[in-house]
Amino acid sequence: MSARPMPSRSDTNRTPPSTTPKITLKGVTKHFGPKKVLNGIDLQVGTGESLVVIGGSGTGKSVMLKCILGLLHPDSGSIRVDDAETTKLNPRDREKLQHKFGMLFQGAALFDSLPVWENVAFGLIQGEHMPRAQAKEIAIAKLGAVGLTPDVAELSPSELSGGMQKRVGLARAIADEPEIIFFDEPTTGLDPIMADVINELIVECVKDLGATAVTITHDMASARKIADRVAMIHQGRIIWTGHAKDIDHSGNPYVDQFVNGRADGPIKMQVRAL
Amino acid sequence: MGFLAATGRAFLVFLEATGRLAMFTGTALSHCVRPPFYPRQILRQMIDIGFYSLPVVGLTALFTGMVLALQSYSGFSRFQAEGAIATVVALSITRELGPVLGGLMVAGRIGAAMAAEIGTMRVTEQIDALSTLSTNPFKYLIAPRLMAGLAMLPLLVLVADIIGIFGGFLVGVYRLDFNASSYISRTWEFLEPLDVISGLVKAAVFGFLISLMGCYHGYHSKGGAQGVGAATTNAVVSASIMILISNYLITGLFFSTK
Repeated sequence: MSARPMPSRSDTNRTPPSTTPKITLKGVTKHFGPKKVLNGIDLQVGTGESLVVIGGSGTGKSVMLKCILGLLHPDSGSIRVDDAETTKLNPRDREKLQHKFGMLFQGAALFDSLPVWENVAFGLIQGEHMPRAQAKEIAIAKLGAVGLTPDVAELSPSELSGGMQKRVGLARAIADEPEIIFFDEPTTGLDPIMADVINELIVECVKDLGATAVTITHDMASARKIADRVAMIHQGRIIWTGHAKDIDHSGNPYVDQFVNGRADGPIKMQVRAL
Repeated sequence: MGFLAATGRAFLVFLEATGRLAMFTGTALSHCVRPPFYPRQILRQMIDIGFYSLPVVGLTALFTGMVLALQSYSGFSRFQAEGAIATVVALSITRELGPVLGGLMVAGRIGAAMAAEIGTMRVTEQIDALSTLSTNPFKYLIAPRLMAGLAMLPLLVLVADIIGIFGGFLVGVYRLDFNASSYISRTWEFLEPLDVISGLVKAAVFGFLISLMGCYHGYHSKGGAQGVGAATTNAVVSASIMILISNYLITGLFFSTK
């Protein structure tokens, strides 16, 4: 573990998030065939805020994120970024908007045909047409920021462990200093110590950039560490939002069941009989 | 009634697939002519398709030319037409066997590799990652492959033509005891530019179709390893079928006398 000890988000003397909405979702719906995945999502994320969306598997967390990113088109509803509607953007304007976003994918989604440094510098070289030598310098600096040494830069992604891949993915997400960063299940598949390392890196990177962060997870330790505010999604709707410190006494039976990881409660798992 | 409904459903599925392929092709072509271009990607694909396919295409052409000479000799000797062997080998290789067999071999090698690579990128979210890094997947992944396929197959087939004719020459001269200079002069005597050009046009079309099928099936693959496997199979099968159908159509365009 080469990551340095860092304070958790709640320990830091960070500037309180602004109340100006950075991202606003209103009545967003999305279905795949007969299955309605998003059922009217209403959500607001303030500028500089770190919002964690929790919810069980298949409740629509990833689909919601992909709708905001423009990777999926919602069937109806409005998604505004910096108060500008994004659901009807033409491809060129959408490409411009993408410069505001950074994303850490669940499986890191590193390009296996490129070495690590080129993965990190990809957005700088292809998106911003930066000279390769300059982009490589920045990539190595960003790798350093996530606790990786310069010799990792020349390795192929397949030579890295899961935790290192996540860190490279994080370095890539922050490389061109986006205004908004999305984290899709950042700790899934990692051991508890590496998961905590990634959580702390996320907190520090987001704080350093002053970025708005939206994280989707079902790892409560991760949510507690990263979040300013938590929203719970269930059956394609946001059923609760509140401050991270209120999560243990939300008064919402769905949130209570999820946070405490109980099988009994209002959330029924669909288990098919064998 | 059930039969009619099933037929109607199958027809609708066919129309939907055709429409999706047409839209994919249109989008891909539009990105081939609009900047930004990715010269590194284009070069990488050209090397993959052109250079690394040379051994398999060359070997296919060599043995095809050799077999053609042997078969022609055994058939033509029945009516004392052995002298036509050099011409038959040259015409068959340049017009048909070079582009078609070369195309089929490249479909197996490159079409499958493209579908597997792009399919894996799709299921591991690498294509989504491209979009989030302000890079259009059509421009970065699809357009370079289409351009490289279109450009490299004619070059490959030109080399295959030469190797195939050389294979016929080897068998003709060293096995069937033809005079070397008369074999070469016979080859040149009846070979017209149109024979070679038609083969190269076919090769360009085949190259485009191979890349298109590889990219299309890879881009739309889903469901993990099984989905990528299915995409790979579909890419090779559909490219092979399209090669055979378009070969007939192009031959009709060039050589139909009625």
